[in-house]
Amino acid sequence: MIPTVDYIRILPELVLSIFGILVMLVDPVIPEQDSKRPLGIIALIGVLTALAATAYQSNFYGDGFFNMVRVDAFSVFFHFVVLLVSLAVILSSFDYLEVQQIKAGEYYALILFAAVGMALMSSAIELVLIFIAIEISSISSYVLAGFRRHAAESAESSLKYFLLGSFATAFFLYGVAMVFGATGSTNVYRIAAVLATQHSVVVYLAVALMFVGLGFKVASAPFHVWTPDVYEGAPAPVTGFMSTGPKAAAFAVLLRVLLATGAPGWFWMIWVSAVLSMTIGNIGALVQNNVKRLLAYSSIAHAGYVLVAFAAAKTSGISAAIFYTASYAAMNVGAFAIVAHLSGKGERYVTLEDYSGLGRRSPLIAALLTMFLISLIGIPITGGFFAKFYVFSAALQSNLVWLTIIGVINSAIAAYYYLRIIVYMYMRDEGVEAPVARIPAGLGAGIAICLVATIYLGVLPNRVLGDAIRAAQDLVK
Amino acid sequence: MNYIDHNIITIVTFLPAIGALLLILFPRRDRDIRWFALGISLVTLLASLHLPWHFDRAQAGFQFEQNVPWISHPAINYHLGIDGISVWLVVLTTFLTPLCVLISWKSVHDGVKEFFILLLVLETAMLGVFVALDLFLFYFFWEATLVPMALIIGIYGHGRRIYAAVKFFLFTMIASVFMLAATIWLYAHTGSFDFVTIQQAIRSGQVPGFASAAQWLFLGFFVAFAVKVPLFPLHTWLPDAHVEAPTAGSVLLAGVLLKMGTYGLLRFNLGLFPDQAQRNAPWIIVLALISIVSGALVAMVQPNVKKLIAYTSVSHLGFVVLGIFSFTQIGVDGAVYQMLSHGVSTGALFMLLGMIYDRRHTYEISEYGGLATPMPVYATFFTFIMLSSVGLPLLNGFVGEFLILSGAFQARQIYGIIAATGVIWSACYLFWMYQRVFYGQVTNPVNKTLPDIDARERVSLWPLAIAALVMGVAPNLWLHFIDPSVSYSLKQFSAGLQAYSPAATQATHALLQVIGR
Repeated sequence: MIPTVDYIRILPELVLSIFGILVMLVDPVIPEQDSKRPLGIIALIGVLTALAATAYQSNFYGDGFFNMVRVDAFSVFFHFVVLLVSLAVILSSFDYLEVQQIKAGEYYALILFAAVGMALMSSAIELVLIFIAIEISSISSYVLAGFRRHAAESAESSLKYFLLGSFATAFFLYGVAMVFGATGSTNVYRIAAVLATQHSVVVYLAVALMFVGLGFKVASAPFHVWTPDVYEGAPAPVTGFMSTGPKAAAFAVLLRVLLATGAPGWFWMIWVSAVLSMTIGNIGALVQNNVKRLLAYSSIAHAGYVLVAFAAAKTSGISAAIFYTASYAAMNVGAFAIVAHLSGKGERYVTLEDYSGLGRRSPLIAALLTMFLISLIGIPITGGFFAKFYVFSAALQSNLVWLTIIGVINSAIAAYYYLRIIVYMYMRDEGVEAPVARIPAGLGAGIAICLVATIYLGVLPNRVLGDAIRAAQDLVK
Repeated sequence: MNYIDHNIITIVTFLPAIGALLLILFPRRDRDIRWFALGISLVTLLASLHLPWHFDRAQAGFQFEQNVPWISHPAINYHLGIDGISVWLVVLTTFLTPLCVLISWKSVHDGVKEFFILLLVLETAMLGVFVALDLFLFYFFWEATLVPMALIIGIYGHGRRIYAAVKFFLFTMIASVFMLAATIWLYAHTGSFDFVTIQQAIRSGQVPGFASAAQWLFLGFFVAFAVKVPLFPLHTWLPDAHVEAPTAGSVLLAGVLLKMGTYGLLRFNLGLFPDQAQRNAPWIIVLALISIVSGALVAMVQPNVKKLIAYTSVSHLGFVVLGIFSFTQIGVDGAVYQMLSHGVSTGALFMLLGMIYDRRHTYEISEYGGLATPMPVYATFFTFIMLSSVGLPLLNGFVGEFLILSGAFQARQIYGIIAATGVIWSACYLFWMYQRVFYGQVTNPVNKTLPDIDARERVSLWPLAIAALVMGVAPNLWLHFIDPSVSYSLKQFSAGLQAYSPAATQATHALLQVIGR
């Protein structure tokens, strides 16, 4: 008999699933042309209920379902990140779907199901369940990436993501199998207990394989090659979603699988991957002309910064990584929401030239995007500044001097390409007149959430950072 | 301590930012926006006068301190305070900002609202730099100056503004990450970002691994500040930024932003790493001398009058660095004084240049000639300010340069001799430029009908002219603030202080009496 409290421990996932199914059930009942708004609102209520469920759940720390899931500060933190990302993305999709004439039914359901997967990734402590959670979130994302059905690049995006993604999860599954072979268990904390006393060569191989799979999900080099194409082709709000939600969840898994188990041999892998991600991401972004592609490369670089914190390990490193994923989520979803808004019908206006003179044509939108870009550069009064700061200070505390230097130089390079967007918006005016619509209410709310979060994390980071530290402590307990 | 004394620095620092927030909500009526920006910057100026007014000059340490926890982990405090060195830099900032508002009254006509928002945000960030006593907070404000300044140059500047803005941004950004790395190292090894705490920990030798890392930490801070000063060979962004910036941008850039660099050198490089400062002083002084001489020589041959003034900044700021690294009481006093007086006279020069630019839209010297005929009042103001910049006795430039040169002679004669040539050069390039622009017949018929400066422009110039005169006649008003704090921060350099010869001291005293010290 499963005790009731166990259901509370998966309450947010339950709520999201129920609302996802509800969206699909309601979809055929409403005539198609009017269905977008009501379905979006159902999804919105679903996410808000799930947020409430997470808040409620935080009074019930502990394991459930025969030690398959664990509710602790760590899982609750990532639940909030994932749900807030979903909230902002759903809000910013309202009018995007209208403009792009995308059918809404499955769209919202898929976002909710993807959120189920991501939420479960952060609370699962059993490798097989983690694998299932990854698949739930990934398969939804594969479909979402192809949602601009009439655009060839969207189909390419979806197919590429699907093929490479399934390949990568297979690596992860191999790793899980080997860990099971070496330790006789698939429970993270039981594995930790076994690994504390014995090491075998197989474990090293398993760690490497699992890292390949998860490295793909977080888009870290050298497993990043899919990122630019997939991010470019996918609908812009979905790109914002994919570059933050699954990434945060995959980092949660990476933290659980590598750090909570006390697995050996990951340090140099992470080190090299961090350096490659930062360098390839930033240098790749320097030459991009398409804003979506530019942000795709930058997202690779940001994965690199998180890995720097990862390499620092200890509580300070883990909490820095957790904080970074949260603030990156806020600023990147915001940036993509604006990119989505500006792209217009059929996402025609996504190059830097289309942004020229935006400061004159639409001062508000330009100012908002500037705030998010400033945060991505890492300049004060934004969350991005503190996030970077914590990452590098954690790295120095762990005496990773070279990694810090490489990271710091990289963040200086990164300033250049973000600045290019600002330069185009304010300082160039070549008379290219991409039309700019007013910000509709839904999108406005989505952007407002991101903006408030970005500035809140940049001015009063204390509370969230405290949560991140508690999460880190819970993780390695 | 009453409520005002306790919070005055916060009030002064954030008043402009609050003004900027209110401006966001303002309707786009340019006239009201200008008046509001002027009002808020004047209120800030008035509030900031509280600081020197109630300043205890006998006390060398930090005053009006405010220290509350901001972030608990890592331990970052909202720690503000001023001493005799920073108090006048704060006032300089609040003094120049309303003048910048005035000078931009008509020259900025597109995007007026954004311009004044940026200007006020910039003011808050600059003030924050001078009052922050927590290394993290300092870095926070330091970086926060970047974006508004880059946008002011890039949006409101002239022809090659984008290039200039990006160059300015990247130079400063890249250099300051080294400072960030050094700051984090200090935090990792002392557990604190607090300037005073770290200083004490270093002095008492409690920082593990400090001996081996100190040189790198010194360089980390030094690079960030040297770019800002700017010191040869890191100065190349400055002429571009100045030439392309709008007038208000140039005034604040030369008047305040450059001082952030020299202030940083004095506060952090000398304050935290006295031994390394002494060890590195020879080559830094050589760079400073190169800046003085090469800045002056390059200025002389500029065909563009704004670029000419930009290069004089390189030269004048070279003096400041020389004074700081002479480690003598007089030299450092002079350096701080020169920071203030350079802010006044170069700020005024840029404003004057902005006025003819508004009329003719060019900075080329060859376009002008004989301007004194159509614009006599303008020419008079220009003469006065130019003389103060050259270092004519009884005007502000003289005091700073004289004290610095005395300090340099005390430290080593050859430094003083080379630096003194800089004074001669400065007379050459400014007088020659003046002759070409103002004297003789009107060479360009367009200039014959130029209107002289109007009431608004006079109002914006008078305060600077008065300041230049008062600072030249009664330097003690300022030196009494500066002196105790400088001698306090030079305590660790006692070895260097005794090195000079008595004869030099006597000569200095004699000369100091001339200027009424």
